[in-house]
Amino acid sequence: MKRLFIILGVIAIALWFLTPIFFIIVASLTTTSDYYNPKVIIPSRFTFEHLYKLFFTLGGLKATLTSVQVAAISIGISFLIGLPAGYAFTRYIFPGKNAIRLILLLTRSIPLIVIAVPLVILYLKLNLADSMIGVALAHASMIIPFVVLITSSIFSSVSVEYEEAGMVFGLTRFQAFVRITLPLAIPGLAASAIFAFIMSWNEVFAASILTISNRTLPAHILSTAMASPDYFKFAAGTVMALPAMVFIFFIRKYLITMWGISLK
Amino acid sequence: MPTSVFQRGTTVSRSKLIPFLLILPTVAYLGILMGYPLVENVRLAFSNPAGALENFRSLVSTKEFWQTLTNTLLLTVFIVPLQLILALALALFINKKFRGYTFVLYLITIPLALSDITASLMSYSIFAPSGYFNKILINLGILERPMYFFGYFFKERAFWIVVLTEVWRATPLVFVILLAGLQSINKEYLEAADVFGFSKWKKFTKITLPLLKPTIMSALLIRTIFAFQIFGVVWLLAGRDITVLAGETYYWYVFMNNPNMASAYALIIALVTFVFSAIYIFALRSKHLEEGVGT
Repeated sequence: MKRLFIILGVIAIALWFLTPIFFIIVASLTTTSDYYNPKVIIPSRFTFEHLYKLFFTLGGLKATLTSVQVAAISIGISFLIGLPAGYAFTRYIFPGKNAIRLILLLTRSIPLIVIAVPLVILYLKLNLADSMIGVALAHASMIIPFVVLITSSIFSSVSVEYEEAGMVFGLTRFQAFVRITLPLAIPGLAASAIFAFIMSWNEVFAASILTISNRTLPAHILSTAMASPDYFKFAAGTVMALPAMVFIFFIRKYLITMWGISLK
Repeated sequence: MPTSVFQRGTTVSRSKLIPFLLILPTVAYLGILMGYPLVENVRLAFSNPAGALENFRSLVSTKEFWQTLTNTLLLTVFIVPLQLILALALALFINKKFRGYTFVLYLITIPLALSDITASLMSYSIFAPSGYFNKILINLGILERPMYFFGYFFKERAFWIVVLTEVWRATPLVFVILLAGLQSINKEYLEAADVFGFSKWKKFTKITLPLLKPTIMSALLIRTIFAFQIFGVVWLLAGRDITVLAGETYYWYVFMNNPNMASAYALIIALVTFVFSAIYIFALRSKHLEEGVGT
């Protein structure tokens, strides 16, 4: 009886979460005539035509590359700036620590929606309007608080005694960090970089407001989807979904912890 | 000789400046790219040649504004409780830790990786006129011709599709919070209840639920904050047939080229966010901060 309940529960959960993903992938591979024929549910043959057209005729490839570049730049900036702060939060006691932590938590909740419009005006002055760097800078401001909080939690899991031992043998504090703590923290850092990638890959509002020609993939979809035929929408959705799902599979072990931190 | 003396994992450094130097880039970056735009947003919202409050006066005088506010509130009112109930059920189910539960856990967390854009395209593949909902029902002979869910004349149906999509996409977010809360409940309470012969239902209502209350509160607040920022799902599925605060910000900036009105809408989102975040951080997290547990 209890076993049956669990099996039914698992089936219901699998159906609920997998059906939409299954349908959009099938839809993106269905031929136009099969899609518009109400009698056909599972198509007789699959086609890559829509994906091909999305990439090469409708600017999908350029948008995808822009998205990847924006994500890469914003991850780079976020770690460069946020990682030292994360280290400071774990290893040092200093006045104002709790206040700064509180401010970080507050900035976590400021949506890009609120800062996007003033950012365009700032970017116009700085000659960053409609640029990849501009979007990456905005995404970094969303990712940095997350990086600070998560790296501080990662570093605190690496015992300070290892660093001390290194310093006893004549390493400076910085050397001890680079040679001892950093290598031990790499798996966690890699997982958080992937998580940061997904944050940037999925962000649509700021990317849409800040660019006109250099649009990221979600921004491109948002501005063109309404005017596109259905099968291009599904192709776009599939292209958005697949990398995110693959990446999340690799970091599934860390996922719950990371969402815990990103929501705090 | 090392320059510092370690005490229980922290240092009393000779140079007290180091931690501040390490934090300075973060503070400076967020000051320039978040603090400044935030202040600028307030300035934009209140600047109008006709007077500081003119933007808000014209905002309030439009019919769309009240509709927008109502829509955003209605979406919040329907989405958040549904998510909470579903997420609680999922969390209680996973917390049974049956064989293979980690696989199910992975299934539930998939939507966390998907953007609102992707999720709405997925639900469009189901509810489009030629979508799978119609295909399947027509093939089963239940429907004669396709049922329409989108477009100006069907905005009530579109509303429910938006609710469904948001529930699908963001329930896992609530689930993650609730599961963490469930796992932190001390098993001894439940064991004690077993000793006293409590029924399952009684254990749930008298022990689990009261102990989970703070977690539920924070999940509610976080979801409410996000619900007020709803944009992608509504914009893709209903356009301006269903207006929401973030959608209007986008509309006024991109289509009407009016940063002031856009900022006025954004300011409302910011205020709601701030009030709820402040409640969250000070009322629910203050205890953790005092203990220095923080993250």
